[in-house]
Amino acid sequence: MEDEPSFSDICGGRLALQRRDYSPSCREFCLSCPRLSLRSLTAVTCTVWLAAYGLFTLCENSMILSAAIFITLLGLLGYLHFVKIDQETLLIIDSLGIQMTSSYASGKECTTFIEMGKVKDVVINEAVYMQKVIYYLCILLKDPVEPNGISQVVPVFQSAKPRLDCLIEVYRSCQEILAHQKTTSPSP
Amino acid sequence: MGGGVGWPGVGVGQCPCEMGSWGPVSLHDQTQSRAAPTHGPCGRACMKSGPSVVLPAALGPSAVVVVVVAAAVAALDRASLLSSSVPGMVLKAFFPTCCASADSGLLVGRWVPEQSSAVVLAVVHFPFIPIQVKELLAQVHQASRVGLAVLGTWCHRRQEAEESLGHFLEGLGAIFSHEPWLQLCRERGSKLWSCKATRRQVPPHPGAPYEDQVMLVFYDQRKVLLSQLHPPADLPDRQAADATASAGGLAAVFDTVARSEALFRSDRFDEGPVRLSHWQSEGVEASILAELAKRASGPVCVLLACLLSLISAASACRVFTLWPLSFVWSKLSVCEQLRHRLEQLTLVFSTQKAENPTQLMRKANVLVSVLLDVALGLALLSWLHGKDRIGQLAEALVPVADHVAEELQHLLQWLMGAPAGLKMNRALDQVLGRFFLYHLHLWISYIHLMSPFIERILWHVGLSACLGLTVALSVLSDIIALLTFHIYCFYVYGARLYCLKICGLSSLWRLFRGKKWNVLRQRVDSCSYDLDQLFIGTLLFTILVFLLPTTALYYLVFTLLRLLVVAVQGLTHLLVDLINSLPLYSLGLRLCRPYRLAAGVKFRVLEHEAGRPLRLLMQINPLPYGRVVHTYRLPGCGCHPTHSWGSLCRKLFFGELIYPWRQRGDKQD
Repeated sequence: MEDEPSFSDICGGRLALQRRDYSPSCREFCLSCPRLSLRSLTAVTCTVWLAAYGLFTLCENSMILSAAIFITLLGLLGYLHFVKIDQETLLIIDSLGIQMTSSYASGKECTTFIEMGKVKDVVINEAVYMQKVIYYLCILLKDPVEPNGISQVVPVFQSAKPRLDCLIEVYRSCQEILAHQKTTSPSP
Repeated sequence: MGGGVGWPGVGVGQCPCEMGSWGPVSLHDQTQSRAAPTHGPCGRACMKSGPSVVLPAALGPSAVVVVVVAAAVAALDRASLLSSSVPGMVLKAFFPTCCASADSGLLVGRWVPEQSSAVVLAVVHFPFIPIQVKELLAQVHQASRVGLAVLGTWCHRRQEAEESLGHFLEGLGAIFSHEPWLQLCRERGSKLWSCKATRRQVPPHPGAPYEDQVMLVFYDQRKVLLSQLHPPADLPDRQAADATASAGGLAAVFDTVARSEALFRSDRFDEGPVRLSHWQSEGVEASILAELAKRASGPVCVLLACLLSLISAASACRVFTLWPLSFVWSKLSVCEQLRHRLEQLTLVFSTQKAENPTQLMRKANVLVSVLLDVALGLALLSWLHGKDRIGQLAEALVPVADHVAEELQHLLQWLMGAPAGLKMNRALDQVLGRFFLYHLHLWISYIHLMSPFIERILWHVGLSACLGLTVALSVLSDIIALLTFHIYCFYVYGARLYCLKICGLSSLWRLFRGKKWNVLRQRVDSCSYDLDQLFIGTLLFTILVFLLPTTALYYLVFTLLRLLVVAVQGLTHLLVDLINSLPLYSLGLRLCRPYRLAAGVKFRVLEHEAGRPLRLLMQINPLPYGRVVHTYRLPGCGCHPTHSWGSLCRKLFFGELIYPWRQRGDKQD
């Protein structure tokens, strides 16, 4: 039921895709990014403190050192709470909706739930990102006014940015559930 | 067992004096109370529940009666029967978490055929009489316009599995016909749930009743009832017929729970004919303080509304709208703030009831921001009036003004020499410098004339802080404007001179090129000038060009001073606007009761076992703080900067006057 194949993101970093089948109508995909490594943390901290010490030797004001400590601490807290996303989860429940959760490194969770009535389709899209073309999975939302139109495109796994092979696996499972939904739901 | 048939949960808690003991009651007690109901510890209550014992104990003989009764009332459920969804779709049962530990009984709720979801609202306990249950549902339907029905049965197996109860619960399906008929069952352990949904009416394979796939969604009834979905779906009027499913799937669930408040009014200590289990069944939530406030708010509002209408009538008096006064009013930010405060108070104390939650929230926000403002103002007042701080302030004010004037004098003298090594036109420089020096002298004498009265003026102005910190800040901004009036004057003179020169230069430059400005057509036309015209024009152009740097220097210096004052005033206005427009009540609600303002829902998959229905926990997803502020921001008093940066620079370059305040004429444009 649970397997954990490893994929890589667009920059080559390792990603773990965890897939849980709760029932035929409910599936969860969990993409985990690597945790914050001690090496990069040490490197950044040392750089900031060395720079502060260099400034201190130039102007001999001890305020600079305490400011550097505070900046490092606040920066680390802000990075963990607002920037670093450890895990991204896509929960798709037949006839109920699709839920996207991103868990930050500090434990904060940010959840968006889209009702199935608003979902038009789940597709894989291409986009130009910096100097390369990347693929991403996105949810197309129905336009409430015009039944065939698309009102919004909601990208999934925005921070992990997995490669196409991982996206295809998630896409196939989503389409299975959506197809089941389409055959059973009352036609408008 | 007395009747030979075991009815677990039937005897439990049927007598109000046994309410405390929800655990398994000893068999002896049960038989006793059933055999001789009048001999119970409290005779009256047991007599009341006496007839209801009939149903379970004598299902056989009275079944005919019951079925007839059911047929008579079944018309109620007809409407919901007709619209059943296509079979095969996953059926969602929304079940309140507070009922998970309730005793066995009937599930009461609403069936939403479009979503194929059943919203369970409460559990009706044994013993009951079907007709009374239906009467209750009809009452709730009348009060709330929500089509409630008995959706199925709820079975909570506390002890060993009893076969008979299962048969009895199945039998109930015949009395309360509903399509589909839910059979929810919880085993002894807390994790084993089973749920069956059977349809009798349209079996795809004739013969066996068809079973749907079921998904159980638990929700916290209290939170769902109290929360408010954002953005608010445009729900139909409450008076409209019960076609409410136009809202989206989950909005319909929220709407159903919010509307059937009438169902939740009775707790288990009430002696109603039907005993329900829901979020308030352990006791209705109420607060004495809230009730008292509700009672008191009516007369207080009427009184204050009368007072406010008197004040607004007085302020609309004709004397205040005469020319000089109305001009002064339009320039003072205190008047603007007072008008805004009056509007706010009128809104808060209006005797009309808020129509929708948005208006209610707005009223509460205004009330909280006014209260906070007045509290801050009073704190400021007490700080000012303690230890003779006003006197110190007044004593410090005159030297500061003197000092500013002195500095300005030095500045002017510096400008009259060779400022920053620039060589100016000496004659023009001297004229301008003397003119400004004289003006400064006038100003200093004016300040000295005022100095004996400043303390008294400040004392009276300090009293305005009891109307709120915003009023005090507006007064401060006005005082700054009055005290720096000389800077304003210098700026206006400088700007006018500079503007004149720029205009002259631009029109003479056109003459130089043999063109002219056509006023009628609003464009530049070519024109043939005479020789002497050209000569005079060129001469004047030269003179203006050589005099421009002197004027521009004065203009630049005084514009910078003016911008400094405008920036200080702008900051004060920004602070006032912040206090006026911040939705403090909504923010507090978001902080302390996150479920009240819901952006949506989130689901958590509960522990799952193969072969059992999927169980989900529905939680409220609170609105982010940014969206709270964005949604509930109160309108400020309209002291926004009128210029964009580009237009400001343009105006500064061409020497047009800039004002910090918004002209009243502009507002109507």
